[in-house]
Amino acid sequence: MSKKRIATVWLDGCSGCHMSFLDMDERLVEVFQQADLVYSPLVDLKEFPEEVDITLVEGAVSSEEDLHKIRMVRERTKILVAFGDCAVTGNVPSMRNPFGTNAVLQRAYLENVTLHPQVPREVIPALIEKARPVHEVVKVDVFIPGCPPSAETIFLALSDLLADRMPDMAKLTRFGA
Amino acid sequence: MNQPVRVKTLKIDGRDVSGREDETILEVARQNGIFIPTLCNLEGLTPIGACRLCLVEIKGVSRLLPACVTRVEEGMEVYTQSERLQKYRRMVLELLFSERNHICSVCVVNGHCELQSMAQILGMTHVSVPYRFPRLPVDASHERFVVDHNRCILCTRCVRVCDEIEGAHTWDVMGRGIDSRVITDLNQPWGESETCTSCGKCVNVCPTGALFEKGKPVSERLKKRQFLPYLTMMREERR
Ligand code: SF4
Ligand code: SF4
Ligand code: SF4
Ligand code: FES
Repeated sequence: MSKKRIATVWLDGCSGCHMSFLDMDERLVEVFQQADLVYSPLVDLKEFPEEVDITLVEGAVSSEEDLHKIRMVRERTKILVAFGDCAVTGNVPSMRNPFGTNAVLQRAYLENVTLHPQVPREVIPALIEKARPVHEVVKVDVFIPGCPPSAETIFLALSDLLADRMPDMAKLTRFGA
Repeated sequence: MNQPVRVKTLKIDGRDVSGREDETILEVARQNGIFIPTLCNLEGLTPIGACRLCLVEIKGVSRLLPACVTRVEEGMEVYTQSERLQKYRRMVLELLFSERNHICSVCVVNGHCELQSMAQILGMTHVSVPYRFPRLPVDASHERFVVDHNRCILCTRCVRVCDEIEGAHTWDVMGRGIDSRVITDLNQPWGESETCTSCGKCVNVCPTGALFEKGKPVSERLKKRQFLPYLTMMREERR
């Protein structure tokens, strides 16, 4: 049996879900005996590759760049996993939504700044109107709630997926776990 | 004068059970260890059938009926666990989550919230309808308590406990449909309420993080409900 190709991507999240992924410690060895990590913020690769079996997505979809990225990732992935509460529900990034992007930028870059207050417009991708859970933008196959999901949860979910089983996530984790 | 109580026999999920004629399907199910999920219902308060989580199927009845307000009847055949019911219950939860702003990871009751744990129990791992992200106020004007409308599911437990048990009737519901909101007195800040006795009963019956006590760490924000069955029992004994 050929090794499965796993990727992880990081949208609008705090990287906590990736930290929890690393927390699998020695079980990472077990995972990567059955799979290759073909793309991730943890490895140095510029392009998201074609034909990925499983992609874990951390973070909400918050910017133009996130939108572009997640659509491409979806196209190139068999099983897309919303990885952690920000990806599943919008979570903390979505707390700006009731106020609107403008109000939040004003507050962060103008009202609370004394030296050259200005909203950044270059280099940083523009925020979209609302931070959205991943499945409101593209189809998601598996949802792993948790902020962050525990290493145990991630390991069990991955073990199932690598064995071509659909994990029963509600048994393992919940929103805010 | 005491009327003789009549006993009704019925079937729940194929099991023969019996209950008093004034009991609800939910009560009889619970006495028999049959789990029906509930949110607005709380033993000791008048059931109102608001959340629809407890919907059950009854043979020969085309509508689904809420178990918490439906009385048992002779020969009834009740089903509590069908695929269809599971689907509707998850949908009810999804709508509750989508209507307000539930950010569990930063919520004051994370880990001891009835809405959150119900989602887990019923296997709801995401919300399939678009979130509304409404802009809602938090009223912290009361000396000891806070109401955060972002987390309210309009179960009206607060309204009922304050009215039926405390006798203050500080809480009520204002507005209609999606715009409904719980209010204190005549929509005044809670801290300016003339009727609130600061007893804290509403805070303790609230299933979510919508009502909480100030200045307590999350780990101590467990809701204390023991007083309710106790008070109800004492009152019934005195009658
Ligand atoms: S009230 Fe419950 S469901 Fe809502 S955010 Fe708080 S913990 Fe989560
Ligand atoms: S603290 Fe007591 S009196 Fe005040 S609103 Fe709550 S239940 Fe009513
Ligand atoms: S404040 Fe709490 S008890 Fe009152 S209606 Fe909202 S969720 Fe229910
Ligand atoms: S518990 Fe029956 S409708 Fe809410």
